[in-house]
Amino acid sequence: MTATARTTEPRPRFDVGRVRRDFPALSQDVHEHPLVYLDSAATALKPQAVIDAVVQSMSRDSANVSRGVHTLSQRATLAFEAAREKVARFLNAREAAEVVFVRGTTEALNLVANVLGSTRLGTDDEVLITELEHHSNLVPWQMACERTGARLIVAPVTEAGEVTVDAVADKLSKRTKIVAIAHVSNTLGTVLPVKQIAELAHERGAVVVVDGAQAAPHLPVDVQDLDVDFYAASGHKVYGPTGIGVLYGRREIFAELPPWQGGGSMIHSVSFEKTTYKGLPERFEAGTPDISGAIGFGAAIDYLAGFDRDALAAHEHDVLTYGMHALQSVPGLRLIGRAPEKVGVISFVVEGIHPHDLGTLLDGKGVAIRTGHHCTQPLMQRYSVPATARASLGMYNTREDIDRLIDALHAAKELFR
Amino acid sequence: MDVRELYQELILDHGRRPRNFRFPDGANQSAEGKNPLCGDHVIVKAVLHDGVVEDVGFQGSGCAICTAAASTMTEVVKGKSRGEVDAIFHTFHDVVTGKVPPDLEELGKLAAFAGLSEFPMRVKCATLAWHTLEAALDHKPEAVTTE
Repeated sequence: MTATARTTEPRPRFDVGRVRRDFPALSQDVHEHPLVYLDSAATALKPQAVIDAVVQSMSRDSANVSRGVHTLSQRATLAFEAAREKVARFLNAREAAEVVFVRGTTEALNLVANVLGSTRLGTDDEVLITELEHHSNLVPWQMACERTGARLIVAPVTEAGEVTVDAVADKLSKRTKIVAIAHVSNTLGTVLPVKQIAELAHERGAVVVVDGAQAAPHLPVDVQDLDVDFYAASGHKVYGPTGIGVLYGRREIFAELPPWQGGGSMIHSVSFEKTTYKGLPERFEAGTPDISGAIGFGAAIDYLAGFDRDALAAHEHDVLTYGMHALQSVPGLRLIGRAPEKVGVISFVVEGIHPHDLGTLLDGKGVAIRTGHHCTQPLMQRYSVPATARASLGMYNTREDIDRLIDALHAAKELFR
Repeated sequence: MDVRELYQELILDHGRRPRNFRFPDGANQSAEGKNPLCGDHVIVKAVLHDGVVEDVGFQGSGCAICTAAASTMTEVVKGKSRGEVDAIFHTFHDVVTGKVPPDLEELGKLAAFAGLSEFPMRVKCATLAWHTLEAALDHKPEAVTTE
């Protein structure tokens, strides 16, 4: 293909109008206003294709997996393992066995903090996290440190909401055994330089764990390119069902770790004297999994794969930049988190109106946002605010949604004048 | 219900300019209340003599509902006995949770909070100061939460 031919090719278009029709939740009124959903960082809405896949799994292929030889069980098992393959491709894992299904990012991080903690941490070892971590990538490590005598070290966030490679490098030491960081901040939207941090951490021999809950819906995730050891994500943040998530683990490390929960599925053989365990991925999947959830997760990945990721990212970037500019023009509004590299999230506070009052007032206009500390209490302290209002974006949001948000903000300010 | 019916003038006024936003001299009862979910935080201090709340005040930060509820509470309970405070809180609680319709005569300005029954997620905002006052009067100074 010549360069000339490339430029004349039509750019893949992202048709947001068509996309919006795929999400049945969008066609409803809230308090007599058409819903504006700006809370996708809490949970994304589900396209019909995901709903259909879950219904199909429950209504037709309703059987347990990896347990029976009958037809329904076979169908369920094939669909479940196909979902694992889809998730593996979504993260660009080397093989599907590196993908373990869990309840969500929180469970994934607890799993890895438990099994890594018990094998890699000892007295005075260090676990390095950042100041912007969600509680789910903070508390499990704190608990692991309490159990093992290791210390939790925190790399700071800049005023703009960035975590620089230098800030992490400053905190790395020869005692650092684990570096656990978010790929994207759920409160600020900041994209962290994960690849560079992973490289530095590996030079020190540390294991790198990434909370990818907020990155997976917005960025292409490539665990091989990022060169990270563990990557956690949730189905419901990428337009799939709640209750299902994934822990990716690099085989060389993951396969050597001891099991976390014991029970069915994860054993090789059991006697009262001795039990032997299966390898990846079953080793970490005790009990009946969320079968329909995993299948729905797979359907969500298929749905996302139907779009040109660059066109989708360009659309999301347009709405985000439009939103940042529009909000800046509201008198008395302060944006929290202005990193140049950010996706999906706009956090703010409005002078004279507590975020919770704002949340209720905006809801009265049909605009759904999240208010509170977003499970990042240390970050709230960093910015000296009790809470923030957070508008977060999904693929279905438009500039018109931002306009409705701004109108509702003006109405709230009028009431609280 | 329109949210404007929730944010009545009385609530906006007490939210902006809370009354008794100070600790009374000679306070002998104190407790701290927190709602970790939304960051609401109040400290209530009272002067209790012979079972009567002679003076009461609060400090802290929270949303308009939380601040207005604390402010109106301090006005209403001043001069009331321990038993009367309990009874008022009980009625207030039933009204904001929609169990009983508001009785203006009984509740006075507290009736302005009746709209909360349509906003169950916000009830805890209005009850935080009350729970904290009860803890103070019960000599339970450890932090109470309404999560």
